[in-house]
Amino acid sequence: MQQTKQILVIGNGMVGHHFIDQLRAKDPLAQITVLCGEAQLAYDRVHLSGYFSGTSAEQLALTTEQAYQAANIQYRLNCWVEQINREQQLVVTSQGGQFYYDELVLATGSYAFVPPIPGNDQPHCLVYRTLQDLDAIAKSAAVSKVGVVIGGGLLGLEAANALKQLGLQTHVVEFAPQLMAVQLDQNGGQMLSQKITQLGVQVHTGKATQAIVAGAECRYQLQFADGESLETDLVLFSAGIRPYDQLARSCGLAVGDRGGIVVNDQCQTSDPHIYAIGECALWQQKIFGLVAPGYQMARVVVSQLTGGGQKFSGADMSTKLKLLGVEVGSIGDAHARTPGALSYVFTDPRAQVYKKMVVSSDGKRLLGAVLVGDTSNYDSLLQYALNDMLLPKQPEQLILPAASGAPLAALTLPNSATICSCHNVAKGDIVAAMDSGCCDLASIKSCTKASTGCGGCTALLKSVVDDELKSRGVEVKNHLCEHFAYSRQELLHLVQVGGIKTFAELLSRHGQGLGCDICKPTVASILASSWNDYVLKKPHVGLQDTNDTFLANMQKDGSYSVVPRIAGGEITAEKLLVIGQVALDFNLYTKITGGQRIDLFGARLEQLPAIWQRLVDAGFETGHAYGKSLRTVKSCVGSTWCRYGVQDSVGQAIAIENRYKGLRAPHKIKMAVSGCTRECAEAQSKDIGIIATENGWNLYVCGNGGMRPRHADLFATDLDTETLIRYIDRILMLYIRTADRLQRTSVWMEKLDGGLDYLRKVIIDDELGIGAELENQMAALVNTYACEWKATLENPQALKRFRQFVNSPDADEHIVFVEERAQIRPATAEEKRQWQQQIPITQLSTSELPVKALAEEN
Amino acid sequence: MAWTDICAFEDLVENSGICALLNGQQVAVFLLELQGEPLVYAIGNYDPLGQANVLSRGIVGSIGEQIVVASPLYKQHFDLTTGQCLEQPEVVIPVYGVKLQQGRVWLNAVKQDQQASAA
Repeated sequence: MQQTKQILVIGNGMVGHHFIDQLRAKDPLAQITVLCGEAQLAYDRVHLSGYFSGTSAEQLALTTEQAYQAANIQYRLNCWVEQINREQQLVVTSQGGQFYYDELVLATGSYAFVPPIPGNDQPHCLVYRTLQDLDAIAKSAAVSKVGVVIGGGLLGLEAANALKQLGLQTHVVEFAPQLMAVQLDQNGGQMLSQKITQLGVQVHTGKATQAIVAGAECRYQLQFADGESLETDLVLFSAGIRPYDQLARSCGLAVGDRGGIVVNDQCQTSDPHIYAIGECALWQQKIFGLVAPGYQMARVVVSQLTGGGQKFSGADMSTKLKLLGVEVGSIGDAHARTPGALSYVFTDPRAQVYKKMVVSSDGKRLLGAVLVGDTSNYDSLLQYALNDMLLPKQPEQLILPAASGAPLAALTLPNSATICSCHNVAKGDIVAAMDSGCCDLASIKSCTKASTGCGGCTALLKSVVDDELKSRGVEVKNHLCEHFAYSRQELLHLVQVGGIKTFAELLSRHGQGLGCDICKPTVASILASSWNDYVLKKPHVGLQDTNDTFLANMQKDGSYSVVPRIAGGEITAEKLLVIGQVALDFNLYTKITGGQRIDLFGARLEQLPAIWQRLVDAGFETGHAYGKSLRTVKSCVGSTWCRYGVQDSVGQAIAIENRYKGLRAPHKIKMAVSGCTRECAEAQSKDIGIIATENGWNLYVCGNGGMRPRHADLFATDLDTETLIRYIDRILMLYIRTADRLQRTSVWMEKLDGGLDYLRKVIIDDELGIGAELENQMAALVNTYACEWKATLENPQALKRFRQFVNSPDADEHIVFVEERAQIRPATAEEKRQWQQQIPITQLSTSELPVKALAEEN
Repeated sequence: MAWTDICAFEDLVENSGICALLNGQQVAVFLLELQGEPLVYAIGNYDPLGQANVLSRGIVGSIGEQIVVASPLYKQHFDLTTGQCLEQPEVVIPVYGVKLQQGRVWLNAVKQDQQASAA
């Protein structure tokens, strides 16, 4: 291995980055330098439109500067190359920098083609290619109402999605008579047009734009060859890409007639020390405008530089994606151009699904396919095409609806079958990873990189892994614990169907042993959300976690914190004074929580009833901070006060919090209501998020902050309050019914077969016919709500538990506080030790906790 | 071997724990029921792993054949008959003798051979 070779890369797009990543993995010592034209390192261009629906630049990033530094990769940002001096093997940048190379890799990518239409250089005529472009689009959209995308190909529709997400009236103008003419046949293109039009994007096909002039209603007017015109404030060109090949041209490398740096099977240019990969490279007169072939080229060059012999042999251009929410798939010979090819076509005009399968003249091999509106068959079909597998006797079964539930058995795939084309992972690689000890999806993903590119193969990967596990005799169990051979969902079913009211009854009928700290709280939650009994009723007492038993949150020293409910974060001055006075009287530490309420820390067990008596007397209710239940409904101040608010978000938040308070669920639930799209309540990071619109409320579901953030999915738009509440009732009840123990809604959604679309079908279309039942169950729970602290204070038997010792009124001397920033905090072990040495413990009276003594000492 | 009268049997909470003070030591006392028979166990209330007096507030149950309590802090399990921690067997907490007499619960700092039953 030549350890001191200088490898210079020009361009840090997805392909350039992949090359660096792969080379570093193969050769830890290579000197790698990358010159990057943009202001940041590589990012995910495939999911660019996500930038407008909440994905940040950081989330799109494929790497970080720290990661490059740690891998000893030299990089320059904002660095444009002026010239390549092939004789001296030297590259000169526009800032005058010079970089020598032994091997040079051109990964310069492509730029958006702007058709030569008069008026195309005006201020709000933009392209859609880089993060910088997106910032410019957002800026322009802020002062625009109507936007037009010129170009109805794959990228054009992505761009249209971006404009739609920015709230513009969106049009797509395409020169060809149909959308996505490369990937779809005419009927598929029509179905796509129809669906996209229904989603509010107007499609104009067969339109040649001749000029962009000043508009009457809008900023500009597009004038078409047929005499018609279209008014718009913003024009976005997405009419194809052109390779960045100027550098190659000016240093005399061979380029194609229509652009592109000519490369051979080794991805070498006409200079053996210069390689070209990705969208700037021209292989056999072809430019590959997808990321997977670019990655393949990158790996070929890595292989060449590290002594391997890999060659580039073309790439599969099949693609599956979601455009504007419409599923589209295209495989191989979509246009049936192979001589003798036969086509099977299935159309469902009601569901607006179009599927076409192109097979060889003998009907034995799959040549291509077009899928619009439903791509559930894509993975199976692609495997048939890529692996040249023999089709079943009746191949039409593969696209007919009856077959859609039965994807190709992963077990029948050969080991050579490519599962992940982004990272070129074959089934054999996955099996090998499992042989070496990986036995869950996460570890297989990190070990093989499968499904970490575009993510299109996620479902297929899962079925390969599941089938492989099954064939190895590994039973995929979902049992709650050793006492119940059932999942949480099954137990809930047993409880509700059998009318079981206590843990003892459930255990004797369906379990074994005595139960444990896993199944007891789970069953307590199931019983609560089925029958809503008082949680401290005698048979339920021993089932609860300590927090539920004492209706407070245990802290590290065994003391508790207390959180009264402050619905929607709205509180009167009088009530604030009460909380303040209680905190003073009981010497509690106070802190404002993230859920817009106040947490009081440092309460000893025996103090809890007295504290709560004061709070309940002042009209407070328990905040359920201790429960797997609704925590808070956060709100912004809304239209009542805010200049921008369009609805009363506080009023809505209070109503919703009061509706669902006390609801026991598999895990805690957080909600928020924002009064306008500025989203000050951060509703999109909540299990249930509600954002006001001019016409009502947009409902977001299954978001999460915390350890594993998940952006909530937009579930339904412009709902009136009644419909909003109905949907939330149904969603929450379905979650309670079907989620696993301690499964937040975000993970529940990710595990839900069919995902968001399925949830919509069940909740909105009521496909399972359980809507009314779910609503009735929720109504029963809402109607039987009672504040648990109020009930406890009225129950002498329950109150007996709130004492440290059954045989003494003393307090736990082990709970010791010191002062910090004018409040109490638990003493550290060291502080307690020091303090014990000075004053014997037995002299401690509970009313004089050693706050002051220690504060002075420190 | 001095027995101390701690509380009435009614003061115990079925399938759960309470805490008692025995010569200045905190003791967690649990009442379980096995086939209609009440079983009472007593162990130290101090959780040496979480470093707080909280074991009486844990959930009781069984892991395999062992009768255990799960610490409410970090959920380690302690065997109610031996005081041994299941997750970290080198950690063993005190176990106390229990007897039930005339509706009263008695504790002894020394563990008896026989587990107490309703006598």
